[in-house]
Formats: sequence, structure tokens, C-alpha cells
Amino acid sequence: MKKLVLSVVLMLLAFSANAQQLEVDLIGGRESALPIAVVPMPYQGSATAPQTDVAGVIRADLDRSGQFRALPERDLVGRPTRGSEVDYPAWRALRQDFLVVGRVVDAGDGGYRVEYELFDVAKQERLLGLAMTARANAMRDVAHQIADAIYEKILGVRGAFWTRIAYVTASGGGKGSRYALMVADSDGYNPQTVVRSNEPLLSPAWSPDGRKLAYVSFERGNSAIYIQDITTGGRELVSSFRGINSGPAFSPDGRKLALTLSRSGNPEIYVMDLGSKALTQITNQFGIDTSPVWRPDGASLYFTSDRGGRPQVYQAPAGGGGATRVTFEGAYNADPSLSYDGKKIAVAQGAGNTYRIAILDRSLGSPRWSTLSPGSLDESPSFAPNASMILYAAREGRRGVLYAVSADGRVRQRLVLADGDVREPAWGPYRSPR
Amino acid sequence: MKTQNTAVLGKALLIAVMCVAAAACSKKVKDTPPTDTGPSTGGVTDTGPTAPGAFGPSDLDRDACLRQRVVYFDLDQDSLRPEFQAAMSCHAKYLRDRPSSRITLEGNADERGSREYNLGLGERRGNAVSSALQANGGSAAQLTVVSYGEERPVCTDSNEECWARNRRVEIVYTAK
Repeated sequence: MKKLVLSVVLMLLAFSANAQQLEVDLIGGRESALPIAVVPMPYQGSATAPQTDVAGVIRADLDRSGQFRALPERDLVGRPTRGSEVDYPAWRALRQDFLVVGRVVDAGDGGYRVEYELFDVAKQERLLGLAMTARANAMRDVAHQIADAIYEKILGVRGAFWTRIAYVTASGGGKGSRYALMVADSDGYNPQTVVRSNEPLLSPAWSPDGRKLAYVSFERGNSAIYIQDITTGGRELVSSFRGINSGPAFSPDGRKLALTLSRSGNPEIYVMDLGSKALTQITNQFGIDTSPVWRPDGASLYFTSDRGGRPQVYQAPAGGGGATRVTFEGAYNADPSLSYDGKKIAVAQGAGNTYRIAILDRSLGSPRWSTLSPGSLDESPSFAPNASMILYAAREGRRGVLYAVSADGRVRQRLVLADGDVREPAWGPYRSPR
Repeated sequence: MKTQNTAVLGKALLIAVMCVAAAACSKKVKDTPPTDTGPSTGGVTDTGPTAPGAFGPSDLDRDACLRQRVVYFDLDQDSLRPEFQAAMSCHAKYLRDRPSSRITLEGNADERGSREYNLGLGERRGNAVSSALQANGGSAAQLTVVSYGEERPVCTDSNEECWARNRRVEIVYTAK
């Protein structure tokens, strides 16, 4: 037992060491990104300084979003920690639109209090002046929440930095493969193992309250769907029919699960009532119907179907009924992910041997496509809850890696999460309800 | 690139045709080690005498045709290529000769595109082999299809030769 604990600790250390290697890949110009300076927030207490560089985490978050261009720390022209110390003309000369300053003080019981302020440099006006208290091991959470508050104050859109992601890792090869379902912060830090298996795991899907994950496991020999509580580890086998059991997706109210079953002999979309486990068949069509996702209002399902020859995205009422085709451009459109307003659909789009992440934007008059990733084997797009970024899986050599890309495609960051193969990302919901 | 792929496939096809023509050719179509037949479901391995001309369990390791336990597919296809007809008829004969035998058909896809869609493709291929075995006299009750999609590659390079080896159905005897 002691040995097990030790190896878990060593593993976590190894993970956190790897998590330091985050790489940001900036594509093209960022002219329209808002310049913001985040000044380091020094520890002004009398105990031990926190290990987390709060300002550094905020800076990285804002940069990654594509909406902001954070001033590198080496270019700072001063180190104010409160509003009265700010020399506005100096920041204006650096063409900074916004400035964030703050400090960390003791909060008792070994905890810390982060006091911070956000300024509009041109107007010399304070936009935010807030404080957050946390235990020492939750300082990254605090930093992400501050980044969220700054993002929302300036852009009017809720920030999604304080969220979590789920993904699957694979190590070894052939018969010796080992799989793990993992959960980490949205920037790849604090990875935690939810479940391990000697058989493939795939398709993690978050419950709307962020407490559970549904996923597919082959541990019984055939595909089966489990729902697991992330905190307690308790889990329930919800679907192990003959044939395929795949593609789970919680309904927006958390009471139902959309899934793919081939118990009839052909993969079809079903909706399971999680209370009674009763199934409603949604599609009944020759062809592969799979990968259902809910429209945020719960009224309809989007899914992949090759009923027209190649895989395309279709839509059907969540209570059953005829399906209509949604994607017409591109030979292969699969793995749909919907934005919170249902207006944008991210897919894995294939042409020949190249698969890229593409977005179909229907918020404007006519549907418009944009390509977000370079290929060549990109898949599994997953929108952040505020649709500002998309997480997806890519291949580098024989290895799977995850990327986070801004919804406008301008900033792409590789999340180096672990050695081995990383795939099947799923961006979790907001961590606090509103 | 395209012509190169065609050439590779053409070569594989030529070897396959030569194998079939030679009839006694014991080399399998692709250079894949014999499939692990998996755990027996218990108590069904019959070591008793078999009828003249009928297959027995030992033939699974000896008979050149029965040793062919992997069926390969073209890109995005689930139709059986002609070179696998002989394998379909000998495995179907085995199923007829030994009604207690059971086969699991493990369907697989290459890595390209959606993992969930590829689960469907793998199942389609498994179903195609199941249909072919039934058309040759095997019983549906002896056959189970499991799809692993792209989750169980035998080859992990991202090129056509490797993808062609992964688009396959493995014939696994769970009871001999």
C-alpha cells in the first residue's frame, strides 16, 4: 500500500514536471487582440510565499484565448501592486489598453488572499477591484478565476479558464497497452486519473454539473458505457448491449444520455432516461449513425451519419423524428461539437488523407466555414463552455497530442500533458453555476 | 503518392493471387503473426475422433487455409475482396464440421477520421465476414462480431501501407 501511494505521488510529480512544457503557437497576426499588462503580484505576507505565480497564470490564460496580447514580463515598465502606484503615461507609451496589478497577503490557516485591480489605461479608470481567498494548493484556481473576471469585464463574455478538461492517455503498445481517463485544469495542469484500464477507453462526456463523466470502456471485451463520479470514483454500467455501445452525451438537464447502439444490427442513435434506463430510438436508417450531441436547448440532437454515402452531420428532434442534413461542404464531416448558443458546429473535416478541425458558423446570415487546424490527422473537437476556444486531438509522429485553439484560429497552444499518446479531449462545463 | 499507394496495393494483390493460385501456399497474405485465439469458453475442446474429411481442432494450426485468420479491406470499404473467398469457405466448413465451435470476428479500422465513426466501420467489416461465413454454411449462432474501431492497430505509422494492415477483421476462435 505504501509502495502504491509512493508510486502515485511519483507519477503525479512526473505529470506536473511534464505539464511545465506548455507551448504556445501563435499563428498569423494578432493585431485585433487587446494589449494587456499583468504585473507580477508579490507576496506581502509573513509566512511562506505561494508557489504559484498568479500573474503568470493570468497572463498565459489571457494570451491563449486569442482575444488578448499579454505584455511579456520582461517588457514591464514598472511593478505597481495597487492603483495609487500606477504611472498611467508609462503604460500608455507601451500602448497597453489594460493593466492588472495585485498582491498576495496572508488569509490565516495557511491560506492566501489575492487582492487585484483592473484598469483601463486610456481612461485612467478602475474597472475591477476584488479579492479572492484560497488555500495554498488552490492558487491556480484563484488565478484562473481572476482571468475569467478580467475576460468578462472587458469582453462582456463569461470567461472559461477556470474549467476542467477530460482526455484519454494510452501508453505501451499492442497487448501491453495501458489506458487512463484523466481530468486536468483547462491549461493542462493538475492532471488526475479518473480510471485506468488495460483495454481501450474513449469518448469521455461531462455531466452538466461537472461531477460525472460518461465514457466507453472495452474492459468487458466489447464496448460498454459507464458513468463515473469524479470525486467518489463510484461508477455505474449503463449500457452493455450486444454490438456497439458508444458516443455518450448528457442532455443539458443531466437526466438523459444520448448514445449509439448497434443492438438492432446497425448503429443508431438512442436517448436513455437515466432514471428508468428506458431507451427511445431516435434514428432508424441504413447507414452508420453515431456521435450524438445535444443542442443546448435539449430539443434536438446533432450526429454523424453516412446515410448519404460519406459521413456528414445531421440533426434530428430529441424525441425522435426525421433527420435533416446540416453539413454540405467537405467530403467528410464528423465528431460534431456545438457552441453554447448552438450557432457554431465544430467538426473533424476530411479531404483525402487530411483531417482538420473546421467550424460551421450559422450565427450570421448564410452559413460560413472556417478551418482552425493545419491537419493532417486532427479529430475530436470540443468547444469551451463560452465557445472562445476549441480543444482537439492531433498526431505528431506516432503520438497523439492535444491542442487548444482560439475560435478565430489565431492562437493555438499545444498541451503537453503526459508521455505517450493523448486523445479524446472533452472540455468540461463552468465550475460554478449562474 | 497516389500511384505509389496503388503500386503497394497492386503488389499485395499480386502476392495474394499467387497464393491462391498455388493453393498449397502456406504463407499468409500479409506478414502478420498468427492471431491469438483467445481464451476458450471452457469444456468444448473436443479431442475425440472426427469424421473422415472433417476438420478437427489441430487443423487450425496446420491447415494453410484455416491459418489465414485476418481479412483485409480497402479504404472505406466493407466488401470482401475476392482473394478471401477461399478463407471464407474453409472457416465456414470448420464451423459446419464442428457445431460446438465459436468465432468472434474483431472488426478494425485505420486511424483516419472519427474514432466513433470508425467503431461503426469496424462493425460493418465484421458483419461482412459474418455474412460471408454464413453464406458458406456457417451458423449465425456460432458467430459474434465485436468492433474495436481504430483502437487496436497492428501498425502505428501514418502511411497507406500501415493503414491497409489495420483495416481488417481478425477471426478469433473462442471455442474450437
